[in-house]
Amino acid sequence: MRVVLAEDLFLLRDGLVRMLEAFDFEIAAAVETGPELAKALAELQPDVAVVDVRLPPSHTDEGLQCALAARRARPGLPVLVLSQHVEQLYARELLADGNGGVGYLLKDRVFDAEQFVDAVRRVAAGGTAMDPTVIQQLLSRRSANEPLGALTPREREVLELMAQGRSNAAIAAQLVVTERAIAKHTSNIFAKLGLPVSDDDNRRVLAVLAFLDQGR
Amino acid sequence: MKTSRVRESLLAGARGLYMTVISLVGSITLFVLSVVSIALIVIGIGVFTTPVVLTAVRKYATLHRLHAGEWADVRIPVPYRQDPARPARGPAGQVERCTRMLKDPATWRDLEWLLVNMTFGAILAILPPALILYMAYGWVLACGVWKPIYDAGGGEWFAFIHVTSQSTAFAAAALGSAFFALSLYVNPLLLRAHFQLSRTLLAPTATMRERELALRVDRLEETRHDAVDSSAAELRRIERDLHDGAQARLVAMGMDLGTIEAIVEKDPAKAKEMIAKARQNSGEALTELRDLVRGIHPPVLAERGLGDAVRALALRLPVATDVDVDVAGRAEAPVESAAYFAVSEILTNAVKYAQADRIWVDVHHADGMLRIAVTDNGRGGASIGSGSGLSGIERRLGTFDGILAVSSPVGGPTMVTMEIPCELS
Repeated sequence: MRVVLAEDLFLLRDGLVRMLEAFDFEIAAAVETGPELAKALAELQPDVAVVDVRLPPSHTDEGLQCALAARRARPGLPVLVLSQHVEQLYARELLADGNGGVGYLLKDRVFDAEQFVDAVRRVAAGGTAMDPTVIQQLLSRRSANEPLGALTPREREVLELMAQGRSNAAIAAQLVVTERAIAKHTSNIFAKLGLPVSDDDNRRVLAVLAFLDQGR
Repeated sequence: MKTSRVRESLLAGARGLYMTVISLVGSITLFVLSVVSIALIVIGIGVFTTPVVLTAVRKYATLHRLHAGEWADVRIPVPYRQDPARPARGPAGQVERCTRMLKDPATWRDLEWLLVNMTFGAILAILPPALILYMAYGWVLACGVWKPIYDAGGGEWFAFIHVTSQSTAFAAAALGSAFFALSLYVNPLLLRAHFQLSRTLLAPTATMRERELALRVDRLEETRHDAVDSSAAELRRIERDLHDGAQARLVAMGMDLGTIEAIVEKDPAKAKEMIAKARQNSGEALTELRDLVRGIHPPVLAERGLGDAVRALALRLPVATDVDVDVAGRAEAPVESAAYFAVSEILTNAVKYAQADRIWVDVHHADGMLRIAVTDNGRGGASIGSGSGLSGIERRLGTFDGILAVSSPVGGPTMVTMEIPCELS
């Protein structure tokens, strides 16, 4: 799988290259500025891009803007955005086109190599990988009288993991229950939230986020 | 050219007539009221009536300034001392307000002006309409009205002409017409003279301007002091947070790594446990650093500017918040930062104390002024008092010559508005 990597801090870029290579990714390019990233994404047609939000020369959200522009040029281009901080505003912008294949993670998540690589693979496959911080913010700002209040604590846990983009199998493994139990929870959640049941991983995350987005 | 001159003259006449009436009625009434009110200070009543009357005098003078600018292009600056940002309340506040107004030299010049305006001012103002109306009177006499007056024994004088016959009546009419012709040239000048006379007393004198500058210097010194104080406090907070937080965690991590190095071969299980702990420590150090950064200069603010930073802030609130931004460009970083933290604090207040379930934030920039309004539908009752968070915001905005206003009747809604002069880039 071919990866384009954009990160301006040399140590982190180097670390990411080595980590991804250790997990059998092919690094098509590892760049450090916005214009280089835009060029690499247009010319190299990677399977997935791993991009830092803040890049030179402007040191603002240049990485994010490049990623969004590349996805407009090539809809569905898988992009995993890394950041020192996560903002719902940016998460929404990434999810806005509804094409899937996006991820938005804190840079700390690279500490857990396997989970991080899992997230890259999920995004490359057209799924999503949302940072738990984003999901927690979304869940916590909902008041009790909304449909989310009707969820049991266990169902909320499942919803959180589901919103991060994890599959039923992964959720089952994390919560140490059977996959059947998770399937039951998810159908309960969909029923309580009034969402049509779908077995498409990507769709269900978008549906969950779309629901959480309501009432703004 | 000709018709416009006639129109101007007639207009000046009408305005002069209006100013005469206003000058006489307004000035006499207000002068009498002021004198009585100031005299009553001795028995206490005046303390309460004087500020009211003097405020009316100021409004009246300001109206006069307005007419002067609009009708005669005479600009009269306002000399009054600024009210303090946080006036005292209750009877003590009344006394203070009364004393403050009486100490203001502009007050006494206002009273002098009332005297001048009801005499010389009124005379100057009556001339333009008189020059016009006198012609009408002359022609009325010439049309035969002179006769009954003369027959009744009235020796009517039209200016310097003694009207005793039709011919002298015609002479009066001719003189009236001459006055009208004169009015074409002098009417606008007379009206202007009326306002210029006012300006000599209503405009600030050189010493008043100097004092105004001195006051401004005082205010700048005060806000600079506040700015230095708060940035020093901010640095101390950052230093303490780093010292107690991230730094301590990194030290602990280093120690753990040292221990791990020593025991990794003897006790791999224990080493693994400690590695997990070290990783957790590094994660927490990062979280603390992240919070610290957010407190100094929020990343979204740095990356996107005020508009999106406020939007991002709203997304994190537990209360539904509508954000409307109309700012084409970026303000200077210190202004953006001050505005952002002010909004942040006001929103926090709204969520914490106001029990609001809806908040509206409106951010826009026009005419070199950044205006932000935060409205909530909560229970109201917020005020800029000593010790409230709002006065802290007010002081910080003061560094940028910004101002803060709060409207929050008990029962709500609360509306907090800020204005900061700044240019966008």
